[in-house]
Amino acid sequence: MARRQGYDGVVVTAPVSVPYERYSIETAHWWIARALRASLQAAGLKPLEIDGFTVSSFTLSPDTAVGLTQHLGLCPRWLDHIPMGGASGVVALRRAARAVQAGDADIVACVAGDTNHIDSFRTLLSGFSRFASDASYPYGFGGPNVNFALLTDRYMQEFNATREDFGRICVAQRDNALRYPNAMMKKPLTLEDYLNARAIADPIALFDCVMPCAGSEAFLVMREDEAIKRDLPFARIKGTIERHNAHASDPIQLRGGWTLDVDDLYDMAGCAPTDMDLVQTYDDYPVISMMQIEDLGFCEKGGAPEFLRSRDMTVTGDFPHNTNGGQLSAGQAGAAGGFIGLVEAIRQVTGTAAGTQVKDARRALVSGFGMINYDRGVCSSAAILEGTA
Amino acid sequence: MSDPLQPPLKKNPQKRTVSPTRPPEGRSRAALGLTAAAAEGRFALQCCAECGAVQYPPRDACSTCLSTELPWRDVSPKGTLIADTFIRATTSLYFRDRLPWRTGTVQLDLGPSVICHVHGDCEKGARVVLLNRLDRAGQGVLIATPEKRTPNMQDDPQLRAMSSDPNYRRVLITDARTPNAPALAKALRTAGAAHVFVGEGETWRPYPERAALESLGVEFLPLDVTDTSSVNRMAAEYGSKVDILINNARFLRPGGVLARGDTGFARDEIEVNYLGLMRLAQAFGPAMCARTGDGVNSAVAWVNILAATSLSNSPEMGCFSASQSAARALSQSLRGEFRSAGLRVMNTYVGPTEDDWHQPLPPPKVTANALARDVIKGLTDGLEDVYCGDVAKDMADKYRRDPKVLERELTMGGEA
Ligand SMILES: [Zn+2]
Repeated sequence: MARRQGYDGVVVTAPVSVPYERYSIETAHWWIARALRASLQAAGLKPLEIDGFTVSSFTLSPDTAVGLTQHLGLCPRWLDHIPMGGASGVVALRRAARAVQAGDADIVACVAGDTNHIDSFRTLLSGFSRFASDASYPYGFGGPNVNFALLTDRYMQEFNATREDFGRICVAQRDNALRYPNAMMKKPLTLEDYLNARAIADPIALFDCVMPCAGSEAFLVMREDEAIKRDLPFARIKGTIERHNAHASDPIQLRGGWTLDVDDLYDMAGCAPTDMDLVQTYDDYPVISMMQIEDLGFCEKGGAPEFLRSRDMTVTGDFPHNTNGGQLSAGQAGAAGGFIGLVEAIRQVTGTAAGTQVKDARRALVSGFGMINYDRGVCSSAAILEGTA
Repeated sequence: MSDPLQPPLKKNPQKRTVSPTRPPEGRSRAALGLTAAAAEGRFALQCCAECGAVQYPPRDACSTCLSTELPWRDVSPKGTLIADTFIRATTSLYFRDRLPWRTGTVQLDLGPSVICHVHGDCEKGARVVLLNRLDRAGQGVLIATPEKRTPNMQDDPQLRAMSSDPNYRRVLITDARTPNAPALAKALRTAGAAHVFVGEGETWRPYPERAALESLGVEFLPLDVTDTSSVNRMAAEYGSKVDILINNARFLRPGGVLARGDTGFARDEIEVNYLGLMRLAQAFGPAMCARTGDGVNSAVAWVNILAATSLSNSPEMGCFSASQSAARALSQSLRGEFRSAGLRVMNTYVGPTEDDWHQPLPPPKVTANALARDVIKGLTDGLEDVYCGDVAKDMADKYRRDPKVLERELTMGGEA
């Protein structure tokens, strides 16, 4: 008997990305409503016809998923609020899938969205976590840039990675973003631009950082027969994993929780890293993408710089990666940053990705990473999706 | 080595004074344990009372065994700098005025990794010693320093920002007639103070310390802390030139309540020791608070010299100590009032001193030189509470352990 039960008969569909804006005077509620509405419209559903709802957002305060049911006129029998930042998308997917599988809900809408007011990045930063207020913000108040500068510095010392190695990821993603109309970044990026960019926190420079913006993303989870009845293109969920606070005694983060669960992931899915047609990593900084590529088995620990040097990460390349530009080029819309890769992967394996479509894409690996509670990302997650073509 | 500090340029009146800003102040209650240790210059972390695991960041429960008994203990501050960065962009106004700011990750020999400030002389991968210092928000922060002292180490801008170093600063000692005034002035000179002002009341009346002070090249200012207009006049003229104020003004007579027949001396004690402090704070406080961001010779510290018996009283000096307790309570209010500007209030608690009024008390007693040395060290280390002399240290330990037990010990009276 397999260690974990599969997700047979449960599918994911109706992917929606509401175009991001750099700054917005609207609220998180507004952005979440837009994504939910578009996803329901795609499936021909009315708000009261869904019976499961999960939301992820940083700027919804003082409301939670509870407040949203009344605000948006929903009446779910299954409700969840997932505060896991970059890991939220996959976590929402796997919880919703189990709910549908068990009959606790028939149709679950999974939504993430955040607004970005002129000063909201700063205020968000100041109230992020207790450990951050106590033990990281007083040390220069550089936010996540500082944490990732330190991780990147350590990674470079440990594995002889160079700025060029990180730059190659950013350049390829910008190339992909130029095919994605919703991307915030519209201009090409060269390796030279990357290397000459303004330093933010050495060795992190401008193009290693995401641009905070407002936006929202959504998808629906339902039974396969429901999707067929509604004539919706859908993807099957072949395997998922989730882990928190792994390797707590590592002095600095060079690996994430994926290492503990990656064998389960591929066992469940019955496939291997080489079977993936595209990979969507959580990319708030390129070093984290490298960490995921290693921990999810594409190469050994520390081998990502070498592995990527001989690969083409663009939509038309031999290792399509973050095909809509990822957060680095499409923008980081708060908690929606934990959904962007998953929503794009659903489009990819259902053949609906339009300009960013990877040819014959059938299998996608999506990885999530979230929440720098103090000095490292605490949450990790991953999922393998498969199209029906 | 650090670049030696350069004397401040003459102030350009056209240029705006850098506004007082401060680093992030918010902390959990547990994290204030670090601040409490930093106030006394100790490096302490929470250690689980049950399994011994050292915790960082501060917690409410042990991350190894879930025990909620997590006392703070002095532990080894040694570790290795495993990563570092220079922050060049921040949304904090305080750090923005001081970029680039060096921050790093230190793996402590005891286990935990800490994100900390990094002294400019630390090399990546090198052994370091963490100091626990109060930052300009008055909160305890950790800074990695080289394992061995380096030339001009104290002049590193990040370390200096966490100290109240008298080097290149102008200091006002409020009372020339207190016997410790010459020792304080001399120690400040040695520590590099750019200028020492000394307040002098009743200028017509001679006193023994005058000659010693003259030989130290101090500047005498007519100042009587019991006279509001005198204090205000001096503050109006010199308030913007005082970077460190040391209030050593003191009126002292021995005796408890019943030993005195009236409230006469008590009024004098309150006038000088309590209301004097209040007058000084009202007159000099605002000008000093406005200049806490003002470069090399920014205003940094307000020093009160208090009797250790201000912590817990006894009849030998009962009425005097009550005025000292009042001053101590006032200093706590001042800490709150000066905090938003980043001006530090350093209380120096002194045991019995070598002077006429303490003659009946047994040794050990604090000499003026020892007091001056501890004040300078406290300023250099940016402390908030300094216990000077064995009696004061002993009393502080007992006060921390159990204030009621200390009170009873101090009020036992003689043999019946
Ligand atoms: Zn324990």
